Order: sequence, then C-alpha cells, then structure tokens
Amino acid sequence: MGKKIKGFFQSETFFRYRHNIPAMVGTLFIVIAVFVALFGRQLLAVQNPYDLTQLDLANAYLPPMWMEGGSPQFPLGTDNQGRDIFSAIIYGSVSSLTIGICGMTCACLIGTTLGLISGYFGGVIDAVIMRIADIQLSFPSMFIALFILSVVGQGIDKLLIALVCVGWVTYARTVRGATLSVKKMEYIEASKTMGLPNFLIIVRHVMPNVVSSVIVLATIQMGDFILTEAALSFLGVGVPVTEPSLGLLVKSGFDVLFSGMWWTSVFPGLYIMLLVFGINLVGDFLRDELNPKLK
Amino acid sequence: MQEKLLEVKNLRTYFHTFKGVVKAVDGISFSLGKGEILGIVGESGSGKSVTCFSILKLIEEPGKVQADEIWFQGKDITAASEKEMTKIRGKDISMVFQDPMTSLNPLYTIGKQIEEMLILHEPQMDKDQRKKRCIELLNAVGIPNAEQQLKAYPHQFSGGMRQRVVIAIALAANPKLIIADEPTTALDVTIQAQILKLMKKLVQERQASLILITHDLAVVSEMVDRVIVMYCGKIVEQGPVDKIINEPSHPYTIGLLDSIPRLRKEQDRLDFIPGMVPNMYDLPSGCLFAPRCKGCKDVCRNREPEMKTVGSNHSAACHFPRIDY
Repeated sequence: MGKKIKGFFQSETFFRYRHNIPAMVGTLFIVIAVFVALFGRQLLAVQNPYDLTQLDLANAYLPPMWMEGGSPQFPLGTDNQGRDIFSAIIYGSVSSLTIGICGMTCACLIGTTLGLISGYFGGVIDAVIMRIADIQLSFPSMFIALFILSVVGQGIDKLLIALVCVGWVTYARTVRGATLSVKKMEYIEASKTMGLPNFLIIVRHVMPNVVSSVIVLATIQMGDFILTEAALSFLGVGVPVTEPSLGLLVKSGFDVLFSGMWWTSVFPGLYIMLLVFGINLVGDFLRDELNPKLK
Repeated sequence: MQEKLLEVKNLRTYFHTFKGVVKAVDGISFSLGKGEILGIVGESGSGKSVTCFSILKLIEEPGKVQADEIWFQGKDITAASEKEMTKIRGKDISMVFQDPMTSLNPLYTIGKQIEEMLILHEPQMDKDQRKKRCIELLNAVGIPNAEQQLKAYPHQFSGGMRQRVVIAIALAANPKLIIADEPTTALDVTIQAQILKLMKKLVQERQASLILITHDLAVVSEMVDRVIVMYCGKIVEQGPVDKIINEPSHPYTIGLLDSIPRLRKEQDRLDFIPGMVPNMYDLPSGCLFAPRCKGCKDVCRNREPEMKTVGSNHSAACHFPRIDY
C-alpha cells in the first residue's frame, strides 16, 4: 500500500496535476474550505452565531470592519440579529460541505450501481431503471427537490435524500452508457468463458473501466449539490432557520440587499462561489486527465 | 476409435428477431475425440463461432440453444444449469479469442489476469504456488523473462505476445478442450505460423483437444486432424483433413479449395464461387448451396440433402457428391 501511494506521487498524472495552475488554485480553495469547516469553529470563529446568548441586537447590521462604523470584532460585518457574518460563514460551510460530500457519495454509489446493473444485464431491468431515469429527467431537478422537501419536511438529512433522488440519474445514465461499450469488449466475453460469475465480472472488469467517468461527474456534481443546497435553503425549504447554512445567510441578507446592507448576502454568496469554482477547476483537470481521447 | 470427449447431436441455435428467425446453427452433429484437433471452416456468418458459444451456453437473447444431446466427458450437459456451466467454463473448456488487442483487460497486469483463472478454478493453490504456475505458463508459451513480465500491462506487449498470454490464460486450469476462435486472424503472417505451432504443441503435450475455428484453409491443412466445413449454419462436409483437402466431395468445399491460388498450376484467373451467401432470414428451400452450385439439378432445389458417407469417416451433405478421385 505504501508503495502504491509513493508510486502515485511519482506518476505522470501527479506531475501534470502539480504543474496545472487552475487545478492547483482549485485545490487551494478546497483545502482552505475543508480546513475552515474542520477547525474554523475553534480557531477562527469570533462567536457561535447560533447561540442566542452570544448575540446582541445592538450589533445588528454593522458593516465590515474596513468601512465606516465597522468594528474589528466583526470582520465581515453582522446581520439583522447582530450575528457575525464571518463566523456564520464558517458554521454554514460545514453543512454545505457535509451535504456536498455525503450527497455526492450516496448519489454516486446508488447511481453507479444501478447504471452497472442496467447496462450489464439489459432487458427488463434496464428498461425499468432507464424509464424511471427518463421520467425524472423530464422534470427540472429543482422542482423534484422542492417537491420531495415539501413532502418530507426540512432538515439536513431530508435535504440529502432529496439531492440523492435528484442526483443518481446522471450517474446511472453515464455509467450505463460506458458499461454498454465495455460489455462489448472481448475481455468481458473472455471472462465469461473463464467461468467468472456475473457479479465478479461487473466488479472486477466492468467497474474499473467505467470509473473514470464517474470520478469526473462526482467532482462536478459536488459543486452542483452545494449550489442546490444553497438555493433550496434560500427558497426556505432546505436547512431549517435554526441551523447554519450559507443559503440561509444569503437569504437573510437578501431583503436588505438594496438598502445598502449588501455584506450580509454578498460574503456568504462569494464563499459559495469560490468553493464551487475551486471544485470545478479540479473537476476540469480530472476530466481532461481521465479522458484518453484528449491526451 | 479413440475415446470421445465431446459429442454434439442435432444442435440448433436460433435467433428470434423481429425480422424473423435466424437459424444461425441448424441441426449440426459432430464429435471430438480426446487429444484430437478439429477444424471448423466456413465463411463469415456460417455459424462457426455460434456453434462454439452454444456449447458453452453463452448465447445471449434473442438467441436460443437447443440440442438433442451434448455429451462432454461422458456427461450430458444439454440441460446443465448456469451454475454447472460456470464450473465447466474455463476449467474444462476454455477459449482463445480472435483479437488479442481487446481480449485482455487493459487495467490489469498480465500476472493478475492469469492468476484470476487460477483463483477461480484452482482454489487450493496459495499465492506462491500461483505465482510459480504463472511463470511456468508464460515460459511454456514462449515469453522470455517471465518473472518480470508478470508485472507488465497488456499495452506493453505486441499482438503476438498478447495472443501468447491469452493462450497461457486458456491453459491455466488445464482444460480438456480449448476452443480457438480464429486465433491468428488479427496477427501478422509471420507470427501466425508461430502461434499455431505453439498451440498445437501445447495442446498435444497436455493431451487436450482443440477446436480451431478459422476461414483459412491453409491453417487447417497444417494444423488439424479432422475438418468440418460449414455453410449457412449446416455442416456440408466432414472428414479427415487429407481427404477434405485432396479429395473434397461437396461442391462448396471444392469451390473453396479452387479459389486458393496454387503454386504449381498454370492459371490465368482464379476460380471462384459465383453468387452470394443467401440472406439468413430467407434461406432457399432444398439444398442451401443450390443457387450457387455448378452441378445443381432439380432435386437439389426441392429436397434437402442428407449426410452421405463418401469414404471412411468422410461424409458430405450433397445429392451428387464427387467421389471419382
């Protein structure tokens, strides 16, 4: 195992990764975001913006510290309840990242499995899975997420369910397509004549050959999920108001955006943008790297 | 008569499509002795490969395999379940494919791919034994430096080398029967002879049988003991190789042999078989070869010919087989 890790750091892919400036910038954003999410609460946050005892309404709508009337205690200003925006972003980024990572993983696992089954076995199973996917694709994903959330209610766990329900389709379709082409290869036929059971053929021979497209999709979708989470929270159906979320922060400042108190909305929005941008930069690199046709 | 390894009786593989039923293999019977090398010859679409996949029961929808009897090693496998078949595939019957470029998984090393066969069919072996066996196999198929090559990936090998690896995989579990589906078609001519010689040697050393599917009569004349000539899913002639090559009886076989250039014969133009292979959805009645046959009579168009014995172990499905040699 140690050898493999060492081998990876000496590989061509890693070399190209290190010399790809956009990918490195993207990685930097992601690393910072992960660091902030993991340790920000203890190291960086000025207050716990969701602990009502620490809030003081007298501090409401303070501008960022470099503007007139700003206080160095609240570097990015405060919102209508005197919450420090900087701390709120740190708290909110945790739920954004959690949803991004967990949602992506679940959707990826479910979608890939269904896609493999659908592509490999074909026939009725394929028809059923793909028709469900088709029906789902004929509605906007936001609409489906809204619908699910309005039925099951609010909360991070419910949001995850909604995102997975929306997200698995992309994987299933991509993986099914890749599986269909891999299935035609002679080495798959050869492993059948070897007497390898279907399950092992799928796991050992088909899956590794389709995994590259899944990795690319997964990175792109992680950014997507973070955005959807923010959008749903902004619309008021995602994360409940009592819990931290970047989307909710944007929303809380939205009403006063044009009255000059722009900071409450802009900073959380900027944070979402940079995070998704970083993820997409890395995703772009992976897409180029894992597509043999572009080499 | 030597002991029989495989006996197929009235094998029929039909593909039920929307356009109609394609009788890819229609009622063929043959047998294969232990240690025998059988050649199946025919043009594209004559059902050679389908025959072999049918024996392994690897025909996919909408295909259906039916047979009166398929005996393998004294056991009737006609009605064998999928579970029983997975035990036979690879262990008792293994296959070598046409294109070595695609028949190895590009993501795994050569060693891993040979080992996979051993893990599956020789579960009693431990890791060191498997490695030893892999090296033995690579040596046997003539790959130098076997120990280092185990760690190589397929793309690092040339076509001939890859086909050797494929053969090594096919031999790994010591199968009783190897089916080689046009094993040299994708290879360069100089390598073809080497690979064929190697296969023959390995098969004979291990006392295994070999079914060689090919459309190359030159390959057949050098390699095999007995030949089956197929046309449109039916056997038109079968017999020992020297009889088929030197004294062919069926007009189709005669036509095939005449369309090969001969070194010692003065000839302006090469003979050929007129016409086209009939559409498999719409086969002619009577003898399938009748529309293209030079000696076609009325009876040929109306009545399907039966297998007739034309010599020792030699038979042809023709109303008027040529026997005047």
